[in-house]
Amino acid sequence: MSDPMAEIRASFFIECEELLESLQDGLQMMDDGESDSETINIVFRAVHSIKGGAGAFGLNDLVHFAHRFETAMDEVRTGRFVPDGEAIKIFFACADVLGDLVRASRDETPILDEMTAPVLDSLERLVGMEEEVEEEVEFVPAGIALDLGGLGDLGGGMGDLPPLDLPALDMPSPDLLSADGLPEGSETPDVAGDNDAQAALGKGFKIHFLPEPALFISGNEPLYLFRALRDLGDLTVRCDTSRLPAAEALAAETGYLSWSLVLLTEEPETAVRDVFEFVDGLCVLTIEPITNAALDGSMALPDLDVPSAQIPLAPGDSAETAPVETIAAEAPPSSPAQAAPAALPDRLAPGAAAAPIPAPIPAPAAAPVAPPAPIESAAESTEPSDAPSREAKNAPTQPRATVRVDLERVDRLVNLVGELVINQAMLSQSVTEAGLPANSAVSTGLEEFLQLTRDIQESVMMIRAQPIKSLFQRMGRIVREASAAVNKDVRLHTDGENTEVDKTVIERLADPLTHMIRNAVDHGLETTEKRVASGKPRNGHVTLTAQHRSGRIVIDVSDDGGGINRPRVLEKAIEKGLVSPEAQLSDGEIDNLLFLPGFSTAAEVSALSGRGVGMDVVKSSIQSLGGRIAITSVEGKGTTFSISLPLTLAVLDGMVVRVAGETLVVPLNAILETLTLTDDDIKQLGPETHVVQLRGGFVPLLDLGAELGYRTPEQSYVGGIVLLIGQEDGHRAALVVDAIEDQRQVVIKGLEGSYGRVPGIAAATILGDGQIALILDPMDLISQASGRTKDRSLSLSHAG
Amino acid sequence: MNDITKQPDSAIELLSFRVGGQDYSVDIMSVREIRGSAKATSLPHAPAFVRGVINLRGTVLPIIDLAARLGLETGQDTERNVIIVVDLGGRTAGLMVDAVSDILAIPTDEMQPPPDLAADDARTFVSALTIVDGRMIRVLDLNAVMPPQGEEAA
Repeated sequence: MSDPMAEIRASFFIECEELLESLQDGLQMMDDGESDSETINIVFRAVHSIKGGAGAFGLNDLVHFAHRFETAMDEVRTGRFVPDGEAIKIFFACADVLGDLVRASRDETPILDEMTAPVLDSLERLVGMEEEVEEEVEFVPAGIALDLGGLGDLGGGMGDLPPLDLPALDMPSPDLLSADGLPEGSETPDVAGDNDAQAALGKGFKIHFLPEPALFISGNEPLYLFRALRDLGDLTVRCDTSRLPAAEALAAETGYLSWSLVLLTEEPETAVRDVFEFVDGLCVLTIEPITNAALDGSMALPDLDVPSAQIPLAPGDSAETAPVETIAAEAPPSSPAQAAPAALPDRLAPGAAAAPIPAPIPAPAAAPVAPPAPIESAAESTEPSDAPSREAKNAPTQPRATVRVDLERVDRLVNLVGELVINQAMLSQSVTEAGLPANSAVSTGLEEFLQLTRDIQESVMMIRAQPIKSLFQRMGRIVREASAAVNKDVRLHTDGENTEVDKTVIERLADPLTHMIRNAVDHGLETTEKRVASGKPRNGHVTLTAQHRSGRIVIDVSDDGGGINRPRVLEKAIEKGLVSPEAQLSDGEIDNLLFLPGFSTAAEVSALSGRGVGMDVVKSSIQSLGGRIAITSVEGKGTTFSISLPLTLAVLDGMVVRVAGETLVVPLNAILETLTLTDDDIKQLGPETHVVQLRGGFVPLLDLGAELGYRTPEQSYVGGIVLLIGQEDGHRAALVVDAIEDQRQVVIKGLEGSYGRVPGIAAATILGDGQIALILDPMDLISQASGRTKDRSLSLSHAG
Repeated sequence: MNDITKQPDSAIELLSFRVGGQDYSVDIMSVREIRGSAKATSLPHAPAFVRGVINLRGTVLPIIDLAARLGLETGQDTERNVIIVVDLGGRTAGLMVDAVSDILAIPTDEMQPPPDLAADDARTFVSALTIVDGRMIRVLDLNAVMPPQGEEAA
């Protein structure tokens, strides 16, 4: 067994990450000028909650810092201090440090004074608060109890942390609950008085709940049930302690309490019953709809002892439910009573919420005007119990339910589904080989299997996907730090933060993106003086956007700086011997020189450069993710780096081709079209190169077999099959293959882990016959082959 | 066939095999399995000794033609070629050899370092030598055999 404390700790730190995220969001909103009290409260609560949790774990350094931060935020909250842009910068810095401290505490690395001292100093200068050493010392022990109690009510993330509020709130023993009649967090037991007035306002249910001992033995807790009810509407709880024996006769394991509850809600009865789903059979439960007629009578407190009103919660036991129906029918047929049951089914039917349990809707059965037909059909057409519970889950008051799952488990699932896809492909292949007709049951069944496999795969992939927001927020910090280091005023804009990307992609994007952001701040943007001189706003802007585009995710990093100084880039490249002085390079080619290893244009070494990482490293890390990077720059307007990545690293749609006896897979999204060459199409260009004439344009012809070193170039390509490959930057190439075999989804198996990177090859996959086929990286292949920007000499030797 | 007659305290077990007409062996603890040869998918721009990759129950396994790697004469591929799947620091690779011969328990004090001979290709691949029944058994240095990580022709 793992240490339960460690688990609680781990979940605290996960909560912290979420809180830090909302802290960043809040500060960003303040920075954007939305300093309303709700925003400030979000920030305050986030800091407060982290402090509270940290106190519980005795993380004193964290508590101290959070406390100082919180005090400053409190000044803002109370309006005693109005933050300006400078102040918000400091708050951002505080949030960054707070994040550092949280992570340091999590990893149990020592927290040094240097980490917190500078921001605390500026914070103090800002708000002018005094040292509160005495108070802080006192605070720590007190904070544990106080904050835990408060957290549940705050509902600001920390409320979900079950182990924390356990000691303060939850007393599983019914005997304890009786002490004040009510568990904390429920409404006051003052039922009779205002209940009538409230009940008259809306619909609701009278619930009588008598737990049997088995309910407590099986670990259920009435308090949670009541809380769930409270989420449905206005709840009034009254505890009946009349059965409680004298202390000496009290058996500790027997529950003596029962509760009568009045719930005012618009929810259907099924929703209420769902709350009690897990204690089905463990209690005596009566749920009666409140009608105005009932209120007219002596409804104020349900008569607990009426035996006919007590039914065990056993759905389908219609005999037992009969009395309830009778009661409803016996209600005086005043006009409101008729209106109520008639309205009920109306509300239920559209949502298909009517469950086929006879008990839940007693009213329509008895009411003379009840239209039972639509309910019946609705109930039949949906699964019996799913619909209502789904409805309950969608209740507006509840946050979206999430589950934390170990990433390893998800990955296991991803792998298994991958195997399933391969297996399915093998099965398809053997069915085809067996020569079964296409309309046979096996073939159609297999077709459905294929569809299901794809659906499962997509769903599994979606588990791994998460919004790119966390990554973008980290970049916010990079911008702040980088701009401070080079003394520029820079604002970061982000767009498309909710674009979902595979988790691995997000993790592995962090480094290259950090570098690109630093570059944009350091090299991309001009100095403030230069900006002013050229009539630009003082503030430099760095924009980070993410979006889905045709099955890939595209991330743009752009700045509104001076653009690439092409003459200088070229000069530098010639100086370093990367290009020959005679070379005639297009603008795009010059821009791409930036990706050459060991290239740096910064005239002076600044605080940010000299890290030994260049754009070439960025490029190769993007490539290792199956991505590409492109660069566009407009003189005087700015530069944009565009990263295009596959959505998932696990599967792709590919075309299976044969070349020189080898089977290869070409990613489908790279193929624009396929065609067969005629004599007229092929034109010789240089001594050893050909182009394909295609609708007025010329496309370089590449022999895939020769490019990969499988064979020497063929004598003639007339009649050959070519795949027209389109690149991100609009460049095209025609790849000659021997045959096109199939088009299918393949599971990507990385080569880099077992062998290493192979030029022109993205990965491998396993085909239906169990053989491994290589997945082509057309862009890499073409860039190597055409010799653009990189390895010109190498590619020439390939071609020759 | 089985030479394990006595098991001294400090002995290592070696899997011996023949490759290019010579006797080699590897520490049995690094051997994961032995399997028959299969058609490998060749890798472009790979060194000559890398035969390609095969499918080992869903994972991609690079195959190294050990004879070529050691600079020995490579015979014709036959049905009888075997692949020794070895594990090395988390990486897995298959070594293609002529035949697996035996499992030997060799006392550690009977292992000798290879003599400092001329710059022969094979020498760098041998970490120790021993004699079994008058035959010289070379202990293969797996680290030297595996292609370097992140090998890039570009």
